[in-house]
Amino acid sequence: MTPSDDTAVLSADGLTKHFPVRRGLADLIARRSRAVHAVDDVTLTLRRGRVTALVGESGSGKSTVARLLSQLYPRTGGDIRLHGAVSTVKGGRAFRAYARKVQMIFQDPFASLNPVHTIRYHLTRALRIHGNGGSSKKELEEALYALLTRVSLTPPERYLDKFPHELSGGQRQRVAIARALGANPEVLLADEPVSMLDVSIRLGVLNLLRDLKERLHLAILYITHDIASARYFADETLVMYAGRMVEGGDSETVTQRPAHPYTRLLIDSAPDPDTIQGSAHSLAEATPEDKAGGEPPSLIAPPSGCRFHPRCPAAMPRCSVELPPRLTVGDADGHWAACWLYADSEVKAS
Amino acid sequence: MSELASESSARSRPLGEPAGSTATRAPDVEAAPVPLPTPRRREPVLEIRNLNVDYGLGENAVHAVREVHLTLHRGEVLGLAGESGSGKSTLAYGATRLLPPPGVISGGQVVYHPRDGEPYDVLALSPRELRAFRWAETSIVFQGAMNSLNPVHKISQQLTDVIRAHTPGLSRQALRDRARELLGLVGIAADRLDAYPHQLSGGMRQRVMIGMALALEPQVVIMDEPTTALDVVMQRQILRQLVGLRERLGFSVLFITHDLSLLVEFADRIAIMYGGRIVEEAPSAALYRDSLHPYSHGLLNSFPALRGEKRDLTGIPGSPPDLRSMPTGCSFNPRCPKAFDPCDKHLPPLGPPSASPAGSVRTVACWLHPTTAPVG
Repeated sequence: MTPSDDTAVLSADGLTKHFPVRRGLADLIARRSRAVHAVDDVTLTLRRGRVTALVGESGSGKSTVARLLSQLYPRTGGDIRLHGAVSTVKGGRAFRAYARKVQMIFQDPFASLNPVHTIRYHLTRALRIHGNGGSSKKELEEALYALLTRVSLTPPERYLDKFPHELSGGQRQRVAIARALGANPEVLLADEPVSMLDVSIRLGVLNLLRDLKERLHLAILYITHDIASARYFADETLVMYAGRMVEGGDSETVTQRPAHPYTRLLIDSAPDPDTIQGSAHSLAEATPEDKAGGEPPSLIAPPSGCRFHPRCPAAMPRCSVELPPRLTVGDADGHWAACWLYADSEVKAS
Repeated sequence: MSELASESSARSRPLGEPAGSTATRAPDVEAAPVPLPTPRRREPVLEIRNLNVDYGLGENAVHAVREVHLTLHRGEVLGLAGESGSGKSTLAYGATRLLPPPGVISGGQVVYHPRDGEPYDVLALSPRELRAFRWAETSIVFQGAMNSLNPVHKISQQLTDVIRAHTPGLSRQALRDRARELLGLVGIAADRLDAYPHQLSGGMRQRVMIGMALALEPQVVIMDEPTTALDVVMQRQILRQLVGLRERLGFSVLFITHDLSLLVEFADRIAIMYGGRIVEEAPSAALYRDSLHPYSHGLLNSFPALRGEKRDLTGIPGSPPDLRSMPTGCSFNPRCPKAFDPCDKHLPPLGPPSASPAGSVRTVACWLHPTTAPVG
């Protein structure tokens, strides 16, 4: 580990995004405007050479966070700091300069590569736009080779002139990663980078990302719905529910000693081959969480107080009234949960 | 084959005959689902024998499913796992004759054992017999519930359509009652009967699909990645419900998924497909503890564990095979860490490994575990 290990590269403070809802007649008469509260008050820090996982169900706002961090969406509130300086860009040169530092990998490698262009074209564009293409043809070729080698697509000449449809899903995602690396970024925002890939090659791509993190000291945000892969791949894990962060801390702590009732539900629901018995007895018995019902709330009118309280088996009267702040759990450094269960320690974390 | 076919027509005629059958079927539909007697073990309900499915014809045909033998027993959950392109969905669609062109069934038999009467070959049914067979005997839950419900019709209408098609002449009230009962079965409040699909959440839509699949109390329910589009919390709730329903109604499930870790917990037996063939089949506990085929082993090691010790995992090197240019011998040999001499020359037959203890019910197709009694 290098001494510069813990440098914060990109951080978000109180990040908020509301999407306006089209106003109907009733809204116009009542003069109200409604919004989807997709992301509320998200605070996170991406550090050099570390992977931060953002775990949540679909609709929890985790992809919106990635798009806000990459400044593809303007934000409703909060700050994004790149190396400590607040950064707000809206297209143009400023956006390009920002994108040079912060790159994104999308979920679907079948959609994120243009089917009518070769791999060479995709990578050349990334290199040229961000000024890494060199000044001669030879330098460009070398840069292309280096990129493909870096993502283990070797020998490079076998892949350079192929079209996306000639590659498998895993190879395509590697090309997408190579394209992101073409900008020579400091931050990679990976939005479900392996969920569209075949099971047997997912780990290959995750291991590649980890290897890149170590060699290039990238700060990686790994967005996923699979908390087991977050445990495997990420140093730090943050859990989101209905647009808010509910728990965070070291991956091992969060997955082994989950503090927030929602995280517990998530972990209890994940398939666990070690509880096998053949005829699914564990499935047949209902856990208390099961009574909670399975629906995340509407984000147009989110529940008051803690957003998980309507489903929470441990809900107290306080939960529906007051929004719980980040409270330290106290079993490990930096482990916090936004849950009133931990109010007795009365120490606010960060 | 022809003998089977004639028997099948004898069996399915009453079903296909609308007027005469109403009287006998109607009470069945109105009555609450009666728990079936406990299923006898190892009694086959659907036998797939030597099934071959191609895409296209002639020399350019792609062999998506090759020489597959698979038996679904009464009341069991059989998991079918494999990566995309392994032929697992093609197998299910081929066996139910739902395969759209250019898919062609180029050989084999799919023998269905009805509750009473003689077994018959599904592949030999006439279109009319097939219509009666579908949904009443075998139903399917498709992957995207969002796409399989018609957005412009109410849930109630979509639920009653299938009952009306198979048992015409039921009163409007009886149909509605049955639809209400089906929704109750899958845990949806009856007041959602007149909702449109977009008014329901993804999980509820998938439940409606499961309810619809159970509308005619089929013996076999095929589920093609029914929970892939759902969140883990919802996935667990639906599976739990499914297990409960299976215990009450006694149907068998062919559960297709790429998520092996889910199957290990949920299925009784698991068959693993690779490159169009079944490479290993075993009770789930045996498969998880002691997988014989290197591919099964690799697949099981592709899921990071949530509990227990943290290990470094590698997945499986290489890419899934291209069905247009399959490797010779065992199709897994280019990716196999244990490949040795015969692997790239001769295809290993599927059969019980000769080294296994007597009475075990597993089969594997691998030269590391040669078999003396190949299946089929």
